[in-house]
Amino acid sequence: MSFLSYFISGVSLGAVYAIIALGYTMVYGIARMLNFAHGDVIMVGGFAIFTVVSTMGLPPLLGILAGIVVCTVLGVAIERVAYRPLRGASSLAVLITAIGVSYLLQNVALLIFGSNSRQFTSVVTLPNLVLADGKLTISSITIVTIVTCLVIMVALTAFINKTKIGQAMLAVSEDRGAASLMGIDVNKTIAVTFAIGSALAAVAGALLCSAYPSLTPYTGSMPGIKAFTAAVFGGIGSIPGALIGGIVLGVIENLSKAYISSQLSDAIVFAVLILVLLVRPTGILGRQIPEKV
Amino acid sequence: MAILEVRDLEVSYGVIQAIKGISFEVNQGEIIALIGANGAGKTTTLQTITGLIPAKSGRILYEGNDITHVPAHKLVSMGIAHVPEGRRVFSELTVLQNLKLGAYTRKDKAELEETLETVYKRFPRLEERKNQAAGTLSGGEQQMLAMGRALMSHPKLILMDEPSMGLSPIYVNEIFDIIKKIHEGGATVLLVEQNAKKALGIADQAYVLETGRIVLSGNAREMMDNEQVKKAYLSE
Repeated sequence: MSFLSYFISGVSLGAVYAIIALGYTMVYGIARMLNFAHGDVIMVGGFAIFTVVSTMGLPPLLGILAGIVVCTVLGVAIERVAYRPLRGASSLAVLITAIGVSYLLQNVALLIFGSNSRQFTSVVTLPNLVLADGKLTISSITIVTIVTCLVIMVALTAFINKTKIGQAMLAVSEDRGAASLMGIDVNKTIAVTFAIGSALAAVAGALLCSAYPSLTPYTGSMPGIKAFTAAVFGGIGSIPGALIGGIVLGVIENLSKAYISSQLSDAIVFAVLILVLLVRPTGILGRQIPEKV
Repeated sequence: MAILEVRDLEVSYGVIQAIKGISFEVNQGEIIALIGANGAGKTTTLQTITGLIPAKSGRILYEGNDITHVPAHKLVSMGIAHVPEGRRVFSELTVLQNLKLGAYTRKDKAELEETLETVYKRFPRLEERKNQAAGTLSGGEQQMLAMGRALMSHPKLILMDEPSMGLSPIYVNEIFDIIKKIHEGGATVLLVEQNAKKALGIADQAYVLETGRIVLSGNAREMMDNEQVKKAYLSE
């Protein structure tokens, strides 16, 4: 029973990674860049929700909505100010800029909120699920996280396959020049991608801080890197890859914590990543075609 | 009347000047051929017209409006379509998805269905393979898809870049027949080709490009009899 319990909470942790990984994977797939500030957008979402719910005393749903708005605006602003001027620049320049934005967000949060950790009130107030005569308890946040993740995956897949802007995203991801010859505004499409990724980061922030309720300016950093790992693990650029990568990573991390060592769990996670990449350099669901010339 | 006018256009890649001041006109309703060897600047010229590459100096006028600095994506709704070199179909998307992306700027769904029908009529093979990924099509079929995709925007002016490149002789003939039919359907065509014989065979006016300069221009039929052209471009 305890294995099942560790496994389910691993899936839940993985679901959060998957939601964050979507932001990495979509931005990489469409804008061909690694947005290393993505993890810190989660933290900003966390503080936005904290401010609305704990400081202002408004209902959690309103807090999540505020977090989504703040993160969406922030994501689009970061793209417009920091990344768009570098379109066509070397990928190294973009990468360094992304790291710079990451530190900027952490330090601005540090200035405003200080370094003391804040107690985040869970946005989920439902009762826990008790199964098998009390032998297995699944917390409500675990269930809400898994369900939210699945709903997001289905909705996002439908959005990309059924809507015009979704098709434009696919076109831009495959050939930016040819996409613009179709009348697609590439800059606008990339901005929409950032908006979606950042809105999802706010949702991830709400779920993450509800499950692990201590909020600091560095809260987003480690989950961000792990979600990036999940995206690479699943095959960067692939949406189902983000889901699979996230869940696998979360389960490995939780089981390592439970049965091997909680100090070593991160090392084990990254060791598995290295192993997978040695065998399949494009990740589990990554495309096997070589980079276009 | 000229639908497209290029005046003193210069284009550079870094320090290398690819286009060294060219001027030409494309008259409404005609087929204009731009011929020349590899590296003469034909593709660069087309890409500069549609805003994929910035012009260094000079002007590009379309229906009398200056479009020199208009970005590529805004030209589609103005009536310009560009069938790029190497076809550049979206290989992971289906034929139908590709065609619909060609009509990205159009809003009227009924009109869109109508255009799709005419495209299918012109390219029956595309209808047969509408649910197939574009990357699985043969080179000739991909060229047809690239053309069909351009027609989906219902363009007044179509720029075609090396449509016969890499195709078998049977497909080459078919593609040139299609270009003629597209032209008969009312569109103006600016055709870039290395296959000078074929291009001059269907064009009204022609320009010969050599290392970034126009060295010869005139009536396409007359150009076929020009000794210089025969020697440089029509020898077999």
